[in-house]
Amino acid sequence: MGAQLWGFPMKQFVLTTLNGLTLGALYFLVASGFTLVFGLMRNVNLAHGALYLLGAYVGWTVADRTEYWLLGVAAGFAATALLGLLFQVLIFRRMEGQDLRQTMVTIGISIVLADLMLWFWGGETYQFTPPEAIDGSLALPLTPNWRYPTYRIALLVAAAAIGVGLWLFLNRTRVGMMIRAGVDDRAMLAASGINVQRVFAVTFMVGAGLAGFAGVVGGTALSIAPGEDVRYLLASLIVVIVGGLGSISGAAVGALIIGLAEQYGLAYSPTYGAVYTFLILVAALALRPQGLMGRRA
Amino acid sequence: MTIALPETTLAAPALRTPADAALHGRIAKYAVLGLALLAYPLAASDFWIVQIGAQTLFMGTIALSLMWLGGYGGMVSLAQLTFAGVAGYMVALFGVSNHPELSLGWPWWAAVPVALLIATAFATVTGMLAARTEGIYTIMITLAIAVAFSLFCRQNYAIFNGFAGFAGLHPPRLFGLDLRAPLPFYYLCLAFAACAYAGVVYVQRSTFGLALQAVRDNPRRMRAIGFNVYAHRVAAYAMSGLLAAIGGLLLVWFNGRISPDSIDAGPTINVLVMAVLGGMVHPIGPYVGALAFILLQNFAVDLIDPERFNLVIGIAFLAIVLASPDGLVGLWRRLMRRRS
Repeated sequence: MGAQLWGFPMKQFVLTTLNGLTLGALYFLVASGFTLVFGLMRNVNLAHGALYLLGAYVGWTVADRTEYWLLGVAAGFAATALLGLLFQVLIFRRMEGQDLRQTMVTIGISIVLADLMLWFWGGETYQFTPPEAIDGSLALPLTPNWRYPTYRIALLVAAAAIGVGLWLFLNRTRVGMMIRAGVDDRAMLAASGINVQRVFAVTFMVGAGLAGFAGVVGGTALSIAPGEDVRYLLASLIVVIVGGLGSISGAAVGALIIGLAEQYGLAYSPTYGAVYTFLILVAALALRPQGLMGRRA
Repeated sequence: MTIALPETTLAAPALRTPADAALHGRIAKYAVLGLALLAYPLAASDFWIVQIGAQTLFMGTIALSLMWLGGYGGMVSLAQLTFAGVAGYMVALFGVSNHPELSLGWPWWAAVPVALLIATAFATVTGMLAARTEGIYTIMITLAIAVAFSLFCRQNYAIFNGFAGFAGLHPPRLFGLDLRAPLPFYYLCLAFAACAYAGVVYVQRSTFGLALQAVRDNPRRMRAIGFNVYAHRVAAYAMSGLLAAIGGLLLVWFNGRISPDSIDAGPTINVLVMAVLGGMVHPIGPYVGALAFILLQNFAVDLIDPERFNLVIGIAFLAIVLASPDGLVGLWRRLMRRRS
């Protein structure tokens, strides 16, 4: 058994922690797009889970045909980004300010998308093969005989990179500056001569694209099957409620908390795994309704 | 149906004012509708009585609980089917099921009130959480609660019997009458639906109902006047919980079983689809929506591949949300207005 920590085998603890971090990284990728769109447009995109699954399927098909995994990732991102752009331009632009109606529309879209995907890709489970460089497993530092899948480590690194990238995009670029200004005061941004509709379109594109990207990346770590859309939608919801809607750093903190809680729950008390997540949600709502990093509306 | 009771007492003066005429018109409409619903089984086959008739009545009651919260309280909750599911699980746990080691085996007259009470309490606690938020946040939190409850039931074998849930749940025999038979079950559903409908119509006009609608329209002003906005919202959740629990009771008696996948995200969304299809502007809306939904569900097979039912319903839902936000009832009202 080896080393122990508070009576638990050390190896299981370390591996569970790593699994929790990986899952948290995946949740962050999904939830960051969700929270980005909400922060600017007050649009709760309940089709976000469907976009995740669509990205995964498109990515799988492209990777399967071309045998380039990276091409699949790009295709997953591009397909959902394009779809997101279409949604924003064709539908949501026409019902600005009607939050509830927009949300209903996203529910309708997710029902339709889920069924279309079931139609095209069927009910079976798909699995990606990641490129050789990040396939296989890696020895953990300090403990050379414990190994961990390289791909998951890569996922952690990628999520961290995306997080930093998003931060740079929002804080260091002109478009990012416009988005942040739009979050604070939409009317003022429009009044200073900026085409708000274009900013909205770009944001929705990036948000939807991130969902598709997460679909390919997450689908590679786990697998793709019908029903995953609801799972990741739920994860995004809980992550952003805990972390604070509209905040990227909140999404990161929330994703880590939920990912770790889920994996520890699974490892140490499998019966009540779902309950821990829920208890965190309740505690967050009761103590800090605006979320850990959120600002009061 | 005796829904118009509170009004008939008001209609004492013999003079026929326009308001009187409108009232009489409404009484006549309810009388016709009530008679039609009572007489319906005479003209219908068992399939139409139970699959279409009874199912519309109890699914409509669950959707009505959402209409009550959404239409009068301004809170769109996706946890209504969860309240119904809690009632169903409690009937299984306290009453008789196919798992005697988990069920307490109480007689129906003890198990049913306890189940309704627990479901109402669950709705109240959900309301205490959800009413801390507003608008789209409420949707997110109630959806999270709904899916989390279904996941919990799926993973928990000690109480909720996990994936399989419970079967063998039947309505009681009353005075030698088997309520499971098509005709009695239809009238049972009709009676419950009529009570639920009348209850919503009555409470909506009570002081509490009016205050709730004022809270929906302007919470800040109501708070300033001295109303406890939070308490009104939580009370609205409690009432919606009771309505949903009644529907849920009939639902499990109809299916004879309850399992986690009958209350997971898909069916949860279906309740919202029904309420929105019918329109959240009048208590009749959810029943209209439920009827449209169930007709589509049963006859989409003839229109298109049965596997593609969700596509049909999704497109119908999108069309209604985009074209007529107040649903079929709103569409009907506008047609009537144009004709007159």
